[in-house]
Amino acid sequence: MTFDPAERVRKVPPSGIRRFFEIAEERDEVISLGVGEPDFSTPWAARDAAITSLEQGKTSYTANRGKRELRVAIADDVADRFDLGYDPDEEIIVTAGASEAVDLAFRAFVDPGDTVAIAQPSYISYEPGVTFAGGDVLSVPTTEENEFRLTVEALADAGAADAEMLVLCYPNNPTGAIMREADLEPIAEFAREHDLTVLSDEIYAELTYAGEHTSIATLEGMRERTVVFNGFSKAHAMTGLRLGYALAPADAVGAMNKIHQYTMLSAPTTAQYAALEALDSCADEVEGMVEQYDRRRRFVLSRFREIGMDVFEAKGAFYCFPEVPGGWTAAEFAEELLREQGVAVVPGDVFGEGGESHLRISYATSLADLREALRRIEAFLEEH
Amino acid sequence: MSEREVLELLRENARYSTADIARMTGLEESEVEAAIEELEAAGVVRGYRAVVDLDKLEDERVRAEVELNVRLDRETGYGDIAERLARFPQVKALRLVSGDYDFDVEIEGDSIREVSQFVSEKVAPIPEITQTVTHYVMTSYKENGIEFDDGDEDDRLSISP
Repeated sequence: MTFDPAERVRKVPPSGIRRFFEIAEERDEVISLGVGEPDFSTPWAARDAAITSLEQGKTSYTANRGKRELRVAIADDVADRFDLGYDPDEEIIVTAGASEAVDLAFRAFVDPGDTVAIAQPSYISYEPGVTFAGGDVLSVPTTEENEFRLTVEALADAGAADAEMLVLCYPNNPTGAIMREADLEPIAEFAREHDLTVLSDEIYAELTYAGEHTSIATLEGMRERTVVFNGFSKAHAMTGLRLGYALAPADAVGAMNKIHQYTMLSAPTTAQYAALEALDSCADEVEGMVEQYDRRRRFVLSRFREIGMDVFEAKGAFYCFPEVPGGWTAAEFAEELLREQGVAVVPGDVFGEGGESHLRISYATSLADLREALRRIEAFLEEH
Repeated sequence: MSEREVLELLRENARYSTADIARMTGLEESEVEAAIEELEAAGVVRGYRAVVDLDKLEDERVRAEVELNVRLDRETGYGDIAERLARFPQVKALRLVSGDYDFDVEIEGDSIREVSQFVSEKVAPIPEITQTVTHYVMTSYKENGIEFDDGDEDDRLSISP
């Protein structure tokens, strides 16, 4: 017999980055600016706590929503840094990466036929997540003119007034865009007016290089309709430990937990110990990493400008999003650059509408590699 | 303010070019140069040296950490003793420390014999020095914040979302 995937699985196209991954893997001496995770190792104190927990045999399940101690630490942390107030007992759920939390939210709140508006370009998992949950995706493109911030005009033009849900990711993967309080206010108003549930993926919140991150959930009337996602992957360089969380009103977290308890039971226990230590003692290291990213950000932006590529001033995450020169599509440029110069980047159209003609450049790599990669890109431009 | 940022970068890697420091800080190259000159003139930056893993050198170099105890008198202070010791080129680092001994001296030479001779003939005879304890460095794992292991390979997937 052959397996016949379900309709909702067939509907999702294969990942657009797969092909680049294959070329990159077979070529020697590739410098990759295509990596969506930190180049730093998890702060040692957090790793040490994980090791100690293993030595002590702490390898059983935890409470479905995560160790209470960790939820309390998360509640304190988000209150302290982002002015978000959530009850550790009722309004926080710890998950296997923020990705799991996003998936839980889609499955908990999207009914078949519901429309989910997604500000794009954005992280590649939202669209499939909506499809797997039986919903319909509505792309809401953002533009370079608006520094890839979502606008009410774009929402209205796309028809998001009739949607049930809106997905935001700021600081943004892949553009590096951020949205300030003043940018979020009109979006919040639109969401209230049209009764949209908002999923706000704030996994890069700590990596904000100009001013402070504002969560849309802190705006008036938004807490009750927003699910906030964050985690330890980016700021604490813990991607492989798989630990994230969602913050939302009790009924929302309850619904998400219903799925979580039957599918995941609890987030990885070892990672929970690492996360607890990360919140407890690794603030300086996080600050140090943020400082490093910021320097590299400025370096990369100024190098792109020097070699004549148009790039907007990305202020968050660890990405920038230059435009490919006229006559190229992003995919052609990326593929030729990889074949000829051995520099891997991801074409922007992979991330949805608004991403075409751009490249996602990750600067989560050493300055030496960034310097060499930019030298190669410069050589590539000179040859074409 | 710009000096602090420039200093931080130089402490991270003294070989960053002024152009790269300018790119990373958003300063003009001329401002970076001025900041470096100021740091040097004020004696904040005292020099630039490579951090070397001596084990990787073909010519063997020997390093020792020497603990010194001294007895001060009315005419002689720590500074006077330090001045005498610091003049020897074999002395690579010299610090006054708290605890069981007074000075922590780092000495480098071509052989154990050479270092031992230096300690017994040049250091120990200084009248104020009452005791020396010499520790030869066997292996160095980290110097100036740089780890000497080579296990820092990037094992991330070359492309990830």
